[in-house]
Amino acid sequence: MATGVLATRPGVMEDPGERGRFGEYGGLYVPESLVAACREVEAAFREARTDPAFRESLAESLALHVGRPTPLTPARRLSAELGVTLLLKREDLAHTGSHKINNVLGQALLALRMGRTRLIAETGAGQHGVAVATAAALLGLPATVFMGERDVERQGLNVFRMRMLGTEVVPVGTGSRTLKDATSEAMRHWVADTEEAYYCVGSVIGPNPYPWMVREFQRVIGDEAREQCAGALPAAVPDYVVACVGGGSNAAGTFAGFVGTSARLIGVEAEGGAGAARGSLGVLHGFRSLFLQDDHGQITEAHSIAAGLDYPGVGPEHAHLRDLGRARYVTVSDEEVVDAAVRLARAEGIVPALESAHAVAWVIRAARTGELPPGATVLLTLSGRGDKDISTLKELV
Amino acid sequence: MSTGLLESPLRARRDGGHKLLMPYVTGGITPGWTGYLRAFAAAGADAIELGLPFSDPTLDGATIQEASDAALARGATAHGILAEVAELRLDVPLVASTYYNLVLRDGPAEFCRALRRAGVAGLIVPDLPLDEAGELADAAAATGVDLVLLASPATPQRRLDEIARRSRGFVYAVSVMGTTGERAALAEPAAALTERIKQGSDRPVLLGFGISTPEQAVEATRRADGVVIGTAIMRRILDGAAPDDVGAYLTGLRRALDQECDETRWPATPDTRRGTAP
Ligand SMILES: Cc1ncc(COP(=O)(O)O)c(C=O)c1O
Repeated sequence: MATGVLATRPGVMEDPGERGRFGEYGGLYVPESLVAACREVEAAFREARTDPAFRESLAESLALHVGRPTPLTPARRLSAELGVTLLLKREDLAHTGSHKINNVLGQALLALRMGRTRLIAETGAGQHGVAVATAAALLGLPATVFMGERDVERQGLNVFRMRMLGTEVVPVGTGSRTLKDATSEAMRHWVADTEEAYYCVGSVIGPNPYPWMVREFQRVIGDEAREQCAGALPAAVPDYVVACVGGGSNAAGTFAGFVGTSARLIGVEAEGGAGAARGSLGVLHGFRSLFLQDDHGQITEAHSIAAGLDYPGVGPEHAHLRDLGRARYVTVSDEEVVDAAVRLARAEGIVPALESAHAVAWVIRAARTGELPPGATVLLTLSGRGDKDISTLKELV
Repeated sequence: MSTGLLESPLRARRDGGHKLLMPYVTGGITPGWTGYLRAFAAAGADAIELGLPFSDPTLDGATIQEASDAALARGATAHGILAEVAELRLDVPLVASTYYNLVLRDGPAEFCRALRRAGVAGLIVPDLPLDEAGELADAAAATGVDLVLLASPATPQRRLDEIARRSRGFVYAVSVMGTTGERAALAEPAAALTERIKQGSDRPVLLGFGISTPEQAVEATRRADGVVIGTAIMRRILDGAAPDDVGAYLTGLRRALDQECDETRWPATPDTRRGTAP
């Protein structure tokens, strides 16, 4: 395996062990009523991941239903404008339009294996919800998706898609009426039906084993990209690997493919939802990590133009990578994000999800400020496509 | 076994043949909220659960969520609530309950010291299971706060024994697989759970979640040592009930529990009340 100056210590981005720890983060901070259910998911996942039959059926689903591998597209005109070599890992071309489907198929197959008869999930932008609705339809399972009322309003297209696929969408009116509250509601719902329901978490968050399991299901992004980079770049490994971070699943999956290389890992957060860059130690939704909160320990509301980044915390492994200095977490503003989306659309014919446009925005800024040296090679995971954001963009562009 | 500031009085009351009544209130819910604590004490509460509100109470149903939001909207903070409590000098032990994020904010040691300074005897943290409780359990023990652990119908027997062993004050038996909230009937797994906890432990067992009527309380205490009443109280308070109104409601519960004790005491079957002196 190729290693370089920034090569990671052994154990980083590997199995977090029985206690689900990434450094001091992670763990299992759930009500006693959910402990047994989480343990069951962990045991099932441990067993499934080494079972050739499970791996094969997942690989087959990813090929037949998702359309994997997704391409690595050189962003030729934007690269020329920026003076860097930018390669896009095209998760926007995955079925349902984002990386979320990779994880969902893995978990849905696991749910079947565990004999669960329905899926429950939370969603922010609706991409995870659409992925769950899709997998549920594919496998013949009913699904219930919790979504903050504000997100129901701004992601109308995805709400319709979920309902079209036969999934029940439950608007959540508590708190900030966004992803944080949808997650709380999904947990409450799960407590009441752990026998039948499988809780399909949408990012590298939640109690053990979810952060680890979701990263493993998203690792396919990084593994493919690593191989594709080896064919596309003279140095085989890019200088920078960049991905947007809400909970951090597309970033974790991408980083996992490069953590053992010399690539610099950059997670890009929304200015108003920057758990890794601005959060402090806390516990929410079953895990210990970095959260936006006030002086009294109350979780504060995150704000982002991208509903999928509107989460006040970050996955525990990202907090750990930050502490280790192995990954850097930066923020961009809503304005930079809209500019970046337009620029990518006009230069490359790709309208990105606003979430993904965060990663593009950082590359544009870093090239301008010289933080990305001229000629640098950059792999950027384009986590999703922008169709869902058209109504938001229409107001701004 | 040494018993702490919460467990000693609860054991004494139980061993004296009483059923335990622990009402709950969300701290800071109204301007005169400490009046509820006085009313609870006057109505014969054996302990009082004091909720320190948190923005994201994932184990609570709609009513307690609403109460937490209302208290926070009034500017309630954990330290502010504790400062008000410190001046009360109630003769009923107080048990703080909150989510782990608030404990971590101060750090477990400092948080427990703040509880002790306010005269709080116990602590309940619903999102802190046995596996993660070590750090807080040590800090609580060092400061003399009884850290109460929760048990659920889904908890396997061996783990239940461990919870009963490591819990302090009492064991909080969660009667249902679900969140806090009123229910029409006492959940069926409640009795079985109580029995299973008592198999290997003499620690008091209080049953909570979904108990709101005198009939449910009486039924629950056929096996459990006492009950926790939360949502039924908070719904009344959110609807505008004054301390006296809630006190009257609790007096009804108290009377039902006491009558039931009198009726079952004679003739007593010796094995129905563990720990009763001969
Ligand atoms: C397209 C897209 N990218 C990114 C995210 C953020 O998720 P994560 O940070 O887990 O990759 C979302 C979430 O909804 C999304 O829809």
